[in-house]
Amino acid sequence: MTVLRTAGGRSLRWRPRSLVVVAGTALLAVVLGVLAVGGGDYPMSPADVLRTLTGGGSAAEEFIVGELRLPRLVTALGVGAALALSGAVVQTLLRNPLGSPDMVGITQGAATGGLVVVVLGGSSLALSGAALVGGLGTGLLIRAVAGSRGLAGHRLVLVGIGVMAILTGVNGWLLTRAPLMDAARAVLWLTGSLDGRGWAQAVPLLGVLTVLTPVVLAGGRAMAMVELGDETATALGVPVARVRQVLLGAAVLLASVAAAAAGPVSFVALTASHLARRLTRAPGPNLVASALTGSVLLVAADLVAQRALTGQQLPVGVVTGVLGGTYLVWLLAARRRAGRN
Amino acid sequence: MSGNPRLDGVGLTLAYERRVVAEELSVAVPDGSFTVVIGPNACGKSTLLRALARTLRPRAGTVLLDGRDIHALPSRAVARTLGLLPQSSVAPDGITVADLVARGRYPHQGLLRQWSREDERVVAESMAATGVAELADRPVDELSGGQRQRVWIAMALAQQTPLLLLDEPTTWLDVAHQIEVLDLCARLHEEQGRTLVAVLHDLHHAARYATHLIAMRDGRVVAEGDPRDVVTAELVQEVFGLPCRIVEDPETGTPLVVPATRRPRLPQARPRVVPTS
Repeated sequence: MTVLRTAGGRSLRWRPRSLVVVAGTALLAVVLGVLAVGGGDYPMSPADVLRTLTGGGSAAEEFIVGELRLPRLVTALGVGAALALSGAVVQTLLRNPLGSPDMVGITQGAATGGLVVVVLGGSSLALSGAALVGGLGTGLLIRAVAGSRGLAGHRLVLVGIGVMAILTGVNGWLLTRAPLMDAARAVLWLTGSLDGRGWAQAVPLLGVLTVLTPVVLAGGRAMAMVELGDETATALGVPVARVRQVLLGAAVLLASVAAAAAGPVSFVALTASHLARRLTRAPGPNLVASALTGSVLLVAADLVAQRALTGQQLPVGVVTGVLGGTYLVWLLAARRRAGRN
Repeated sequence: MSGNPRLDGVGLTLAYERRVVAEELSVAVPDGSFTVVIGPNACGKSTLLRALARTLRPRAGTVLLDGRDIHALPSRAVARTLGLLPQSSVAPDGITVADLVARGRYPHQGLLRQWSREDERVVAESMAATGVAELADRPVDELSGGQRQRVWIAMALAQQTPLLLLDEPTTWLDVAHQIEVLDLCARLHEEQGRTLVAVLHDLHHAARYATHLIAMRDGRVVAEGDPRDVVTAELVQEVFGLPCRIVEDPETGTPLVVPATRRPRLPQARPRVVPTS
């Protein structure tokens, strides 16, 4: 632990290791971002990418970077961060290591919203809007069923799992109702994809992140207390019910807006915070490290998705599942070999 | 010994969802006392402690902290006056003793006041007082039950509250660790002048350590006062339904409850050999 104290009685404290992880993941995100922007049918060197980003590119380069590749990258970074923050909040507040917006049905709710638009026919903007509404609506439904006192622990998880099961059924039914072409498009969207994402998806996502990231970060210390149990947190002066209400609301919004931008990308929300915690070895929600890990995970997955198979792009959701899952299993296995668990 | 009550429950109705645990319950915690609440299982003693610690909101009545409604006071301000050691807490995966104890400083900290010299000093003192200083860098999940309980007490101490509530602090501990924890509580009370309220199961411990005893049954206070006056054979019979004799504790002179035997001792000392046919 490193402490910085000023004469005015102010003090900041951080773990050097956490700082290294934050700096490292941020750097990695930048490097992967430059690679992602440089790749494709019109390859550009990292130097060309940086020159274009700083305003020194040709008109063609400006278009390719500014209109095609940069918004896709920004969407990837934002979706990764939003899902990771959402997962970290849900895990901490439910004190459940498997807690994530996927587990309590928020992601499935967003999927239902999107599928309805696919079946009825609608623009990609309508699709995003419906996904957002679906996610938020599911959050409100769970809250209504669980009751305001049921936001803690198992009750919320059980209600969420029930809602998730229902929505998974509804989603299956909607898919069978869709015409074949639309069904194919729907499955692609359901897997989670960044293909063709532009500023129309990136800007609202960034807007929500700009508002909610400070809210979530400000709640970080209170969340670390809730980790100790509701009674202990109350005794320490944390208004537990209000913290849960506000931060779970933020988590639902973050997961929904991520699904609106990229479809229901799997596994990032669950994995990112676990990876971040393994890297920092710090207790507590590790919010900044989680968000950056989520961003890196999604950009890396998108790079792999675009490059892994020549002549064919994979949806990013396929890769996040395989990549994130493999890394998590490997980390756990490595710890086991090292004699820890 | 007893001054004005610092913590006062007035006309409390306590309930979980639909189950009412106590009605019109009033208790006062004398300032500077080591108050112990006893009673049979499900008599409402832990529920009372939760209400006093404001983790359970009473359905009716008020809890007064220094004369003011505890639910009307800012949560953080209360947390600087009143600490609680609940029956169960969760130690996050891999957290070290020092990190956990440091979390007790939360009500004294802020976004720009994350770790003052005062925080550092109090955490070190709390770990020293509970004898866990040498465990500072160990993960809490590797400790024994007795060590873990001392770590949680250290966290509550780091909160530096003049009032400390403890919900069955000796449950799950073997007898040596029970005495160790209670001796620690007595030291906090005598040497640091803290007001303590503990829920205990063991009548002998209660009589030995309490300066003020509250006996409860079915959500009501049956008797309260100095344990030497309160603990009688009639009271134990009334509260616990246990026939007993009271003798003097040879160590402390406090009342010692000796349960009556329910049946005469069996005459044969050796195991019987059952003939096989």
